[in-house]
Amino acid sequence: MSATTQTDDPGVGTAEPARPAPTTGRTAGSLGAMVRAELTKLLRRPATWVLLGLWPALQLVFSTVIPYVSYQRGATFEGLPPEVLLASMLPDQLVLNSLSGLPLFGGALLLTLGALLAGSEYGWGTLKTLLGQGPRRLQVLAAQLLALLVVLAVAVLVSFALTALASGAIAAGESAAADWPTVGRLLRGLGGGLLIAAAWGALGLLLGHALRSTALPIALGLVWVLAVENLIVNVAAPLLGAFDAAQAALPGVNAGSLVAALAGPDAALRTPGVAAIVDGTQAAWVLAGFLVLFTTVTGLLLTRRDVV
Amino acid sequence: MPPAQAVGVRPLVESGPGDEVVVIAGLTKRYGPRTVVDDLSLTVRRGEVYGFLGPNGAGKTTTLRALLGLVRPTSGTASVLGRPAGSPSAGVGALIEGPGFYPYLSGRENLRVLARYAGAPAGRVDAVLGTVGLTDRARDRYSTYSLGMKQRLGVAAALLKDPELVVLDEPTNGLDPAGISDMRALLRRLSADGHTVLLSSHLLGEVEQVCDRVAVISSGRLVVESSVGELLGLRRLVIEAEPLGEAAAVTTRLLGPERVSVVDGVVHAQAGPEDAARINRALVLADVEVSGLRQEAQTLEAVFLQMTGSELAAAGPDPDVPPARRTGRLSRISRRGAAR
Repeated sequence: MSATTQTDDPGVGTAEPARPAPTTGRTAGSLGAMVRAELTKLLRRPATWVLLGLWPALQLVFSTVIPYVSYQRGATFEGLPPEVLLASMLPDQLVLNSLSGLPLFGGALLLTLGALLAGSEYGWGTLKTLLGQGPRRLQVLAAQLLALLVVLAVAVLVSFALTALASGAIAAGESAAADWPTVGRLLRGLGGGLLIAAAWGALGLLLGHALRSTALPIALGLVWVLAVENLIVNVAAPLLGAFDAAQAALPGVNAGSLVAALAGPDAALRTPGVAAIVDGTQAAWVLAGFLVLFTTVTGLLLTRRDVV
Repeated sequence: MPPAQAVGVRPLVESGPGDEVVVIAGLTKRYGPRTVVDDLSLTVRRGEVYGFLGPNGAGKTTTLRALLGLVRPTSGTASVLGRPAGSPSAGVGALIEGPGFYPYLSGRENLRVLARYAGAPAGRVDAVLGTVGLTDRARDRYSTYSLGMKQRLGVAAALLKDPELVVLDEPTNGLDPAGISDMRALLRRLSADGHTVLLSSHLLGEVEQVCDRVAVISSGRLVVESSVGELLGLRRLVIEAEPLGEAAAVTTRLLGPERVSVVDGVVHAQAGPEDAARINRALVLADVEVSGLRQEAQTLEAVFLQMTGSELAAAGPDPDVPPARRTGRLSRISRRGAAR
């Protein structure tokens, strides 16, 4: 301790001590302050930048860079001839090319972020430290979720911005038409992208809090997103009617359907996981339902279980 | 009750009714078939430094967690500052079972995060960093801290809200002797400033020096709750004499059976120096050859070991306290748990 604490003269216990007024009488900070605290944690954490940087980067590579290289070589890409391939990279396809990775690899990365955010609190013993400062458990969850929504919204915006830059450059370079989406369509795209990202992030939070660790939630989440849903949609559903009906309730299927709906009827859906299996409006409601469900279950787990 | 004899024992803080900061009544916590805390009751009064002692696995940390609302009791009640345990309170700061911080943040950033959760002014961060002597390393990442520095940061976090009640679970873990001395000074200063401190520690020498009262628990049950002065006031005479049986019998007639025991070929008597001449005279009159009669001071560690039947193996020996010998049974103190 500091020199100022070195006094060994206790001078205590002999009289009623005159206790100074506490510097704070508040039981806990405001929700806004807690969200800022969570944002500090998220933004100073290297894993956040890796995961949130990886998704827009991969999105850009797979939706624009590789198709453009393929177009330049005059080759077909995923069965699309060069002229169709070029059209799929132009500005009017901005919404699709900004979001097409979200139902699959983007979802996996954002789920991982949510699981890390929640699970590490147990591994590092920081949840008990936070709760020791006076907030209610649901306040901690609300702050985590709101901070996660903020960074996911920024990530969606970054994905749109990068894709816009790339498609604008391609349109200029190829002397093609630069028909940008309308503001309304852009806003719907941003909102839909945030809804999909939030549902995956909330699932990650749920798994992290439920399993109180990071490795197992991430592993389970990745297996679900990348393997189980694919097997159900591509293997089980064509064979068995029950799975065909059940796939309409899967988060990945609804994410893919929402992206397909946001892309418009004429879009070339060439990204795995993006398919119009259910109606876009229904997909949005189902994803919103998942967001509420995941958050509610997380809240129940957090408030009803001991923090050990 | 005799006054405290040992050097460094703090006088008992006078408290009146209604001055209870922590009241635990019949607290029980079970995990499946395992009872971790068993019908525990104790009271911490305003302004005192209260030692909470027990062997590893005795249920100390679970009790402290229950006080903070981190675990729910299976039965019983606990209140802190007049409110049910776990209620949001500005008046409690705690370090429970080691510090937990974000390894990629600096010490200062960690405290800023906590200050935002606590609603504490930003200025408190640097104040508490200064209090625990971490100002110079405040900008370094927590992952680079030594165990002792992590412990200090944990104490700093507990002080962020300038709480009325400070709960510290093994705050000296990982501290070097200088750090332990600093922690002792800090505890005294907290008490002098009017804070109530609930301290769980294995370092019984430290507890002996800074605590007003202690509770000892074993296997989740309260063994004793008493002032340190009361516990250390139980002085002991060691009598070396032949024949041993006759010496024990004579001493027992004088003091009563509950105050006399025979251990390792000597008679142990719970008695002070004022009794020594009387005992010696009685032994000589009974034709007992007395070859040695000496006073042995009690230490908190010796008392602790007698009560819990425990070796502090896991915690390691306390360098400040000479090795204690196991002796006979204590009496003259409330032994609620032992009677169960």
